[in-house]
Amino acid sequence: MKNLKESLKRRFSKENKLDEIKSPMGVLLRKEIAEHIRSWRFVILLTLIILTFTASMYSSLSNIKSAFTSSENSSESFFYLKLLTLTDDTIPPFHIFLSFLAPILGISLGFDAINSENNNGSLIRLMAQPLYRDNIIVAKFLAPLVIVAVLFLTLTFLIVGYAMCISGIPIEWQEIVRIIAFNGMTLLYIGFWLSIAILLSIRFKQPATSALTAIGIWLFFTVFFQVVVNIAIKAFIPNPNYLSTDKIAYYNEIILNILRISPSQLYVDASTTLLMPTVRSLGPVSMEQMVAAIPNTISVRNSLMLVWPQLSGLIAFTLLIFAMSYYLFMRREIRS
Amino acid sequence: MNNPIIKLRGLSKHYKNKIAVDNLSLEINKGEIFGLLGPNGAGKTTTILMLLGLSEPTSGQAHVCGHDATRNPIAVKKKVGYLPDNLGFYGNMTALENLSFVGRLNGFSEREAEAKAIELLEIVGLKNNANQKTTTFSRGMKQRLGLADVLIKEPEVIILDEPTLGIDPSGVKDFLALIKKLNEEQQLTVLLSSHHLHHVQQICDRVGIFVAGKLLASGDIPSLSKQLFNKNGYVTLLRLQNSAEATTQLKYDIESLPGVQEVIMTGNELEVISVQEQTAEMVKHVVGKGYGLVGVEQKTYGLDEIYLEYFKNEKNQDVSNEKSKRVSKKTFFKRK
Repeated sequence: MKNLKESLKRRFSKENKLDEIKSPMGVLLRKEIAEHIRSWRFVILLTLIILTFTASMYSSLSNIKSAFTSSENSSESFFYLKLLTLTDDTIPPFHIFLSFLAPILGISLGFDAINSENNNGSLIRLMAQPLYRDNIIVAKFLAPLVIVAVLFLTLTFLIVGYAMCISGIPIEWQEIVRIIAFNGMTLLYIGFWLSIAILLSIRFKQPATSALTAIGIWLFFTVFFQVVVNIAIKAFIPNPNYLSTDKIAYYNEIILNILRISPSQLYVDASTTLLMPTVRSLGPVSMEQMVAAIPNTISVRNSLMLVWPQLSGLIAFTLLIFAMSYYLFMRREIRS
Repeated sequence: MNNPIIKLRGLSKHYKNKIAVDNLSLEINKGEIFGLLGPNGAGKTTTILMLLGLSEPTSGQAHVCGHDATRNPIAVKKKVGYLPDNLGFYGNMTALENLSFVGRLNGFSEREAEAKAIELLEIVGLKNNANQKTTTFSRGMKQRLGLADVLIKEPEVIILDEPTLGIDPSGVKDFLALIKKLNEEQQLTVLLSSHHLHHVQQICDRVGIFVAGKLLASGDIPSLSKQLFNKNGYVTLLRLQNSAEATTQLKYDIESLPGVQEVIMTGNELEVISVQEQTAEMVKHVVGKGYGLVGVEQKTYGLDEIYLEYFKNEKNQDVSNEKSKRVSKKTFFKRK
């Protein structure tokens, strides 16, 4: 016990921290995080996120009373989850808002990761130090994620805490799990866009080009992808008037699956399921399936199982793109 | 003197349509200042990158401090400090933070790194700017900070790529003096690449002339000039009062002296190439004949001349086939 105390003391006292030799990875991470936090970009992003939070909280808080009284099942009302998903229809609910904000966050924290360092000549200086090349790119990827994770967890729990103070409603463990899972999901989604941005920052020499390309990809997936899919579907699928219900359901499933190529669709699906326990299926549900179903919420485990394909899809996308940028960066000849 | 710290054997680097470095073999001894001299695009930087393991050679080997630079770049980077030609620092970090960051990357604890950084800032004369952000630094200051940055890892070898580029003359003088001092005090081996002849001439023990990926010649400056200009002769410059006096008669007179190999007349100047040193004899002869001699000079060749001579060779190589029949007196000079 005494030893433990001693070692803890040694671990946390400031004096010894100065003498500690850190791994290159730790040093790099620290520098990356410090660099992000000190930049103007971070201030702007922070303002944007806080504005989003305040706006959606305002709209959900002003609406929550009516939602509660009309609630069919008051025993499991999930006040704190409602807080994050309710809206008065003037602005989108928080989790939809985040599906716009997350790509912006990911892109803006990563679009100049490699190329701006290369352009100002500090990358070659870094490469001349005794560290592995992958340390650099992993640090470039992890540092923004650490920042965003801290930020989002802080903000959501601040809101939950604030709501707890003014309402006095106790929080359920299920809600905590769901909120943390939702934060993890958001982090993953930001990580996906971050890896795209980093890939582009390796590929393109000019930060402006990579930023523009990343925004182009994002716009494509949020706006044009659905339009394109709808047009293509109309051309291929026969007139629904002549189809049986089975066939309609079948085609519906196909359309949904095609839409799910878009990562934003995956994120919206997953976050909706996580934050709304009443969502029991993400595809069409037939009347036969609904017969005799109790209009109840589903458990966290079931919700997680429902979004597991979405989750693994996003993880796969992120890893694939990160692997591509990793490969490109490792093979790249760095010249000033 | 036979203690090579850098050993290159048959090093080549081929790009898609260009041979950047062609079968380069070179040895640099410990404690030596070696100047790599060549025009832009001669492959100097590529060679340096291969020395550091930042670029993979197409064939051949580079050994630095006993480690293979391609196989084991981390070990090499621990012992070699590299100052790239346009180096950049993290603009919104102070000079001290930049240095201590690199120090920590090289395995020093925070306290050590900071102490070393302060010490080095004093050596390079930037003590008063330690807490200034590096964006405000001038080119000369950046270069000096770069030197501190290279030294913080306590290297055995430092490689400077165009270190004098873009610094004003007095800055260059100080900078070179600093390098010389470090070389003497700490027995540092210095590899310096430049296309500025005078700078190289001032401090280098040995010079290698590097053109189009090939090392044309290497050695100290006197031996290089001997190798290049007159294998077995001395050059004496006689300057007459006016060009009218420099007649063919005078030329014949001097040529008839024993030991004189060649006389070249340009305006009022006579360049006499002879087997041995016989300036006094020539002067006696010229003055005895009543010519108005105003100046006598023994010609020694600096890098400027060496450089130009090599370039003449390079350019003439292409056209030499066509011109081979045209024998002029100058061809003697063009020969190595």
